[in-house]
Amino acid sequence: MKRKHKRLTFVAVGVGLLSLAAALFLSAIGDSVAFFHSPSDLANHGDLGDRRIRVGGLVEDGSVQRGQGAEVRFRVTDLAQSVPVVYVGILPDLFREGQGVVAQGRLRDGVFVADEVLARHDETYMPPEVAESLKQAGTWQHMEAAGAASMPADGY
Amino acid sequence: MFAPSGQVARMSRFANPNRFLRWSDRLVPWLATVTGVLFAVGLYWALVASPPDYQQGESVRIMYVHVPAAWMALFCYTAMAGAAAVGLIWKHPLADLIAKATAPIGAAFTLLALVTGALWGKPMWGTWWVWDARLTSVLVLFFLYLGYIALNSAFDEPGRGARASAILALVGLVNVPIIKFSVDWWYTLHQPASVIRLEGPAIHASMLWPLLLMAAAFTSYYFWVLAVRVRGEIMAHKIRALRLRQAYG
Repeated sequence: MKRKHKRLTFVAVGVGLLSLAAALFLSAIGDSVAFFHSPSDLANHGDLGDRRIRVGGLVEDGSVQRGQGAEVRFRVTDLAQSVPVVYVGILPDLFREGQGVVAQGRLRDGVFVADEVLARHDETYMPPEVAESLKQAGTWQHMEAAGAASMPADGY
Repeated sequence: MFAPSGQVARMSRFANPNRFLRWSDRLVPWLATVTGVLFAVGLYWALVASPPDYQQGESVRIMYVHVPAAWMALFCYTAMAGAAAVGLIWKHPLADLIAKATAPIGAAFTLLALVTGALWGKPMWGTWWVWDARLTSVLVLFFLYLGYIALNSAFDEPGRGARASAILALVGLVNVPIIKFSVDWWYTLHQPASVIRLEGPAIHASMLWPLLLMAAAFTSYYFWVLAVRVRGEIMAHKIRALRLRQAYG
């Protein structure tokens, strides 16, 4: 075997083994890389105690209620399960019903008490006139459908 | 690899770099012109003529810089690792120079993507930075570029630096698919891909075209600066070889 063939084999085998190691590593850490949990994860998980976690999904349509001062109550849904959230503070500009949201806080008696709320937008971009005409033509896919499609199905 | 004292006379090794010097001399002004025109038209279309977004309003214009910068960050890394592999396996001197010259350009694109991403994240998400899989893996990419640059220049003899840093570049290559698919594999705050996805682009044509034009401008800019930098590297090596010849006769 010529020396350059040896080097080629060395590099090919090296990159192959490294990719395999990376794939095994990634599948092993799996869900722990997730930035947030879905309401379904929360429902299946049982007692979380006083752990600070993030829950993400879509702001359920018609669920936003303004309380006293800067208090806001809304539900976060993944279209299978939903969880009520209470938050006191300033919401990001993109926060609205039907749009993605990630809340950080603690679950207390079935209510998620958030200390930080971040907006999460989906991958759709279009001019306002196009969105308007889609709605008028009745071909508008409801935001929840579009938003839910932008979320990984099971966290992988 | 370049001209240790005994090998100075073997100028045949520079045959290819010499040919590169000849044709890149003609190419550089063309690349500069194309880059200038693409940026002029692309920036006007993206920042003035394209519509605002139905959700994000005018803030969406950050996308026209952020997305091409992020694409080029990945493209440059792949090109750098590919060139480094060619240099490592076939000992092609020009490949080592292309890898070395690509690193700072790629690092700059990565930094641009990180900074514009933070500026976009604050008004849209409500935060400059989060440690989600996409943002973290791109930060790792930036450190890989810096590590490559440092390792490449850490040796007195350039050939050894090229070998050591080529191995680092190839090891870091596993990060590229992780960045691309991080938004599909895990829940991230960053949204999934809008353009390069199986279902076709989820971005309206009036915004997709200026985005693609900006991507072409960024690509042209990369090849322009790459040609200039590789020419500089070749000349630096020629000067080094001449000095060695003067010193050792």
